Amino acid sequence: MFSWDLLANAVVAGLLLGGFYAAVSLGISLIFGLLDIANIAQPAFLILGSYAAYVMNEAYGLDPILTGILFTPVFYLLGALVYRVYYGSFERRGEESLRGLVFFFGVLFIIEVSLSLKYGVDYRLVQTGYTGKSIEFGGVGIAFRYLVPCVVGVAMTIALYLFLGRTFYGRAIMAVSQDQGALRLMGADPVQIKTIAFGIGIAAASLSGALLISIAPVIPSTDRDYIGRMFAITVLGGMGSIGGTLVAAVILGVVESLMSTFFGPSWSLAVSFGILLAALAVRPAGLFGR
Amino acid sequence: MRHTAGTLLVGLAVVAAGIAVAMLRVNPYLYFAGYVILQYVVIATAWNILGGYGGYVNFGTPAFFALGAYTAVVLIQWIRAPLPVLLLAGGLVSALLGLGIGYLTLRLRGVFFSIATLALSIVLQTMIMNWDYVGGSRGLSVLRPSGPPFGNYVVFLFTVMVALAVGAVTVARFIERSWIGRGLSALRDNEEAAECMGVPTLRLKLFATTVSGFLLGVAGAPFPYYVTFVEPNSAFAIDYAVNALAMPMIGGTTSWIGPVIGAVLLGSAQQLATVTISSEMNLFIVGVVLVAFVVLAPEGILGLVRRLRGR
Repeated sequence: MFSWDLLANAVVAGLLLGGFYAAVSLGISLIFGLLDIANIAQPAFLILGSYAAYVMNEAYGLDPILTGILFTPVFYLLGALVYRVYYGSFERRGEESLRGLVFFFGVLFIIEVSLSLKYGVDYRLVQTGYTGKSIEFGGVGIAFRYLVPCVVGVAMTIALYLFLGRTFYGRAIMAVSQDQGALRLMGADPVQIKTIAFGIGIAAASLSGALLISIAPVIPSTDRDYIGRMFAITVLGGMGSIGGTLVAAVILGVVESLMSTFFGPSWSLAVSFGILLAALAVRPAGLFGR
Repeated sequence: MRHTAGTLLVGLAVVAAGIAVAMLRVNPYLYFAGYVILQYVVIATAWNILGGYGGYVNFGTPAFFALGAYTAVVLIQWIRAPLPVLLLAGGLVSALLGLGIGYLTLRLRGVFFSIATLALSIVLQTMIMNWDYVGGSRGLSVLRPSGPPFGNYVVFLFTVMVALAVGAVTVARFIERSWIGRGLSALRDNEEAAECMGVPTLRLKLFATTVSGFLLGVAGAPFPYYVTFVEPNSAFAIDYAVNALAMPMIGGTTSWIGPVIGAVLLGSAQQLATVTISSEMNLFIVGVVLVAFVVLAPEGILGLVRRLRGR
C-alpha cells in the first residue's frame, strides 16, 4: 500500500488543504481566540457563505471568490447584529458563559435548518473554469481546485495579520482582548471595537465559505464537520495568534490528508477532534500561546 | 421519610396511569409519539443534572444516547439479551463514558468542556460507522423479540419508557433536594469559591456526569427495538443535542419539573409539527424557541411563573 509517491502527494495535498483551513479558522480565531466569545455558530456562517456563492453562481454565473468578496459587507452587518444581540442579552448581564453558549448553539441550528428548508439536503458544488485543471511536478499533482483556496487563505491570513498589527482598529481589537478598562481610558469604546471585530470574523466566513463550496460539495449539515476543525485549529494555534492559526491549520491539513490517504477518508474527521482533545488536555495554551 | 413515601406513591401512580393508557388501545400512533416525548423527558432530565444543576453544558448528548443504543445492539446481536439487561448494560456503559468526561472537567471548563463533549460525539460516531459488527454506516435491522408481556411491542416499550421517565425524574428530584444538589449549584455559581468552602467539587462533578450518562444511556437502550433499524445518523442525530438543552432551558433549569415541562411542551409540539408540517420545520421551531427563550426569558417557564406570582 505504501509508496513514496503516495506520501508526497498526500503531504502536498495536506499543505494546500491547510491553507484553506486557515481561511476557515481566521474568523473564529478572531472571535473566540481574541474576544473570548464562544461563537460555535461560526461554521454555520461558513456554510451560509457557501450557499451565497452557490446562489449567485446559479443565478448570474458569478465566480465564487468574487461572490465571497462581494458579500463580505452583508456578513459584516449580520455579524455586528448578532454581536449586539449577544451583548445586550448576555455579556452586559454577565451571563455569557452558559446561556451565551446555548444562544450560539441555537443560532447554528437555525441557520442550518433554514438552509435545508430552502435548498434541501442535496449536495451543492460550484464549478469554475479552473476546477478540473492541475499541474504536475515530478509525480506530485497540484489541483487548482485546492491551490486557489490555499493562496486566498494565505492572503487572508496575511491581510488580517497586517490589519491587527498596523491599524488603529486592529490594535484596538488586540487591546480589547487584554484589558478593556485600559482601552476605555485610551478613548475607545470596547463594545464598538468588539462589534467591529465580530463583524470582521463573520465577514471572513463569507469568503471562506465561497472557497469551501468550490473545493467540495456542501450540504447544510456540513457545518458540524467544521466545528471541530475550527476549534482544534484555534486552540492548537494558541487562541488568537494569527500566525499560529496558519501553522495549526497546515498541521491539521497534513495529518488529515495522511489519515485519509492511508486509512480511508472516514477517519479524517476524527483527526481534528483527536488533536483538539489532545491539545486541550496536554497544552491548553496551544503551540503559540501567550 | 414521609416525603419519600409520597414521592414513591406519586411515581407509582404515574406508572400505573401509563399502564392504564397502554391498555386503552387508542390510535397506535399515539404510543409511538408518546414514547418519543417520554424519551425526551428522560434525556432532558439527565442533561439537566449536569447542565442545569452543575452548570456544565453538554453538547454530546447524542454520544451517550447512541452508546446506550449500540450497547443494546451488540447484546442483541451477540446473545439476544432480554430488555432489562439491555437497559442496565446501556446505562452502565454510558455511565462509564460519563465518568470519563467527569475527569475531563479537571482540565476543561466552560466552552472547552462543551466543545470536548461535541468532539466526543463525532469521534464516537466515526468509530461506530467503521464498525461492521453493528452495521457500520449502512445500519442494521433489529428483530423485536416475539410476544411482549402485553399489548403489542410499541405499547410495551411505551410503558417501559413511562417507568424510566418516572425513575429519571425521581433521581433528579432526590439530587436536587439533597446536599449533592446544593453542592452542584455552589460549583455552578463559582467553582473556586465552592472548592475553598470545602465542597468536594471533583466528586460532585464525577457523580453528576456519571448519573447523567447513565440515564442518557438507559434512554437509548430501548431505541433499537423502537426503530427496528439502527443507523449512526439517526442514533447520533443532532436533534438530541439541541433538544436535550432546549427543553430544560425552556422549562427552567433550576428545578426537576423544568425539564419535564420543557420536554412535554416541546416534545408534543415537535410531534404535532412533524405530522402536520414537516420534520425539518419542527427543528426550525425548536431552534427559534430556544433562542427566543435564552434571550427573552432566561429563567424559562418556571421563571416566568415565578415572576407572575411575585407581582
